Amino acid sequence: MTIQFQLNGEAMSLDVPEDTPLLWAIRDHAGLTGTKFGCGIGMCGACTVHLNGRATRSCITTMGSVSGQQITTIEGLDQDGEHPLQQAWVDAQAPQCGYCQSGQIMQAATLLQDFPKPTDEQINQVMSGNLCRCMAYVRIRKAIHLAAGSSDSSSAGSPQFYEPGQEEMSNA
Amino acid sequence: MIKKILSGLIVIAVVVAFLIVWKPAIDEIDRPSADSFNQEQIAKGKVLAGLGNCASCHTSDPSKPLAGGVDFPTPFGTLYSTNISPHPEQGIGTWSEEAFVRAMREGVSRDGSHLYPAFPYTHFTKVTDEDLSALYAYVMSREAVDHQGPKNQLDFPFNLRMLQAGWKTLFFDGDRFQADDSKGDAWNRGAYIAEGLGHCTACHSPRNAFGAEIADETYNGAVVDNWYAPALNTTHAAPVPWTEDELFQYLRAGGSKWHGIAAGSMASVVHKGLIEAPDDDIRALAMYFQDLTGAEDNAKAAEVAAGHVSQAQGMADPATRTGEEIFSAACASCHYNAPSSLKAARPELSLNSAVTAPDPVNLLRITLHGIDEPTGLRGLAMPGFGPGLSDADLIALARYLRQSSGQPPWKNLEQHVQDARQL
Repeated sequence: MTIQFQLNGEAMSLDVPEDTPLLWAIRDHAGLTGTKFGCGIGMCGACTVHLNGRATRSCITTMGSVSGQQITTIEGLDQDGEHPLQQAWVDAQAPQCGYCQSGQIMQAATLLQDFPKPTDEQINQVMSGNLCRCMAYVRIRKAIHLAAGSSDSSSAGSPQFYEPGQEEMSNA
Repeated sequence: MIKKILSGLIVIAVVVAFLIVWKPAIDEIDRPSADSFNQEQIAKGKVLAGLGNCASCHTSDPSKPLAGGVDFPTPFGTLYSTNISPHPEQGIGTWSEEAFVRAMREGVSRDGSHLYPAFPYTHFTKVTDEDLSALYAYVMSREAVDHQGPKNQLDFPFNLRMLQAGWKTLFFDGDRFQADDSKGDAWNRGAYIAEGLGHCTACHSPRNAFGAEIADETYNGAVVDNWYAPALNTTHAAPVPWTEDELFQYLRAGGSKWHGIAAGSMASVVHKGLIEAPDDDIRALAMYFQDLTGAEDNAKAAEVAAGHVSQAQGMADPATRTGEEIFSAACASCHYNAPSSLKAARPELSLNSAVTAPDPVNLLRITLHGIDEPTGLRGLAMPGFGPGLSDADLIALARYLRQSSGQPPWKNLEQHVQDARQL
């Protein structure tokens, strides 16, 4: 079946079975490898992309359901890779191994759309489906606060930017 | 003597029965050309066809509009909708307006045979002459589609159309819509649409063993085509009152921040049918249903919603802990809400009609198979979690959500989950 959709603003047309995961189209057909495969069952968040501007797990989103829709991946979030979240990620030095981070950022973008000044609780709740095996959660939350200009209660009184050793010391 | 009286009575009975059963054919006409109808009538008929959602039941293939072939599984066998495009052989191209009006109001085909009440003539009988005339103009000016759907596969004796005359004697009154003078114009407009062309009770009311709507359970809610159509009267289980504004949002946009989205068959009602109607008609429907659902304390609705969600989020029950963890991992990224600012784009499940419904089928179907565009709110989709969640996971999740809604636990969830996987 021929499925037409928009990928990062460009028209795409693929002849694939309807139940093909969107992630396959993004990585194998379009060659955009910023979106990662994690669990394959929608339970880890590594494959998160946007469908019409909102986060969805691309490993369980079928091609049949994206017909005529707009898909955005980490490559398309900002043309120059300078989305406020991407900058905050750099400033906070959020990633460790980095594998889950494009999914984290795409999910965080939807979070900020719905909760422009999120509390820790709101970040924890909305980001809870995006797993990070390096346990970078504290820095991810910090980066989200940084991008939103909201207050990070866990780092109140400490410097806003990540410095090596800072968390370990404050958590000790 | 007694023999004579008896045979006389039998003859009278046969004649009476014949008169009830027999309906004359109405002569065929040459198919009227589309430009024999005025544009105003056609435009009006288009709105009415939308309010009646004719196309959803009478179109199985979008490239063959109104050509029928949609299957309707019933306890009596499977019915297939007919071609109502103006094709002279396959459709209703040779039907006069008189024949069309008789079918709509009496459930009798042009050739005199009885129609089955899967075609809701029991509601369409309430429609005014003017509206039927406009609807006729619209239908007859559509493309004539040369297509014949499958034949009905009904068990004996339900395949005998003449028996429908008996059904009508028992369950059909054929009255036109009667306005309620104690209510305003908008309310009456809403009632006219809902009870007439809209045929809302056809899905939202339970039916008896003969497939007729149960008169004293009107709008009590029912499972139709493996979707639960919620109660629309005071028996509904929604934690927040169905206010006119939320009903309007739901019917116009396809979703309400306090109740959830229009899924299943309701998705086509909203996005293919009601989309043709002006805001005033949607507002009238909203006003009518707010009255039926008994929503009064609308000013407090937001407060009620926030209180309910706060309570649901504060719930800490070890018995539903596993379900809560699954919710955190798989659902919260899209469904978590701040109690004080609920968002329609983040359907709040503790308030959601799929969770508060007495039957879990809607929740299970959507969790397993997801939501595709254009269902619910435009632009929103949800992937199906069927492959990732085991039956035990689904049951735990459903139990947790059900408890968060404040409703009593669902029974036989194991069976429901297995059934929903097959859909």
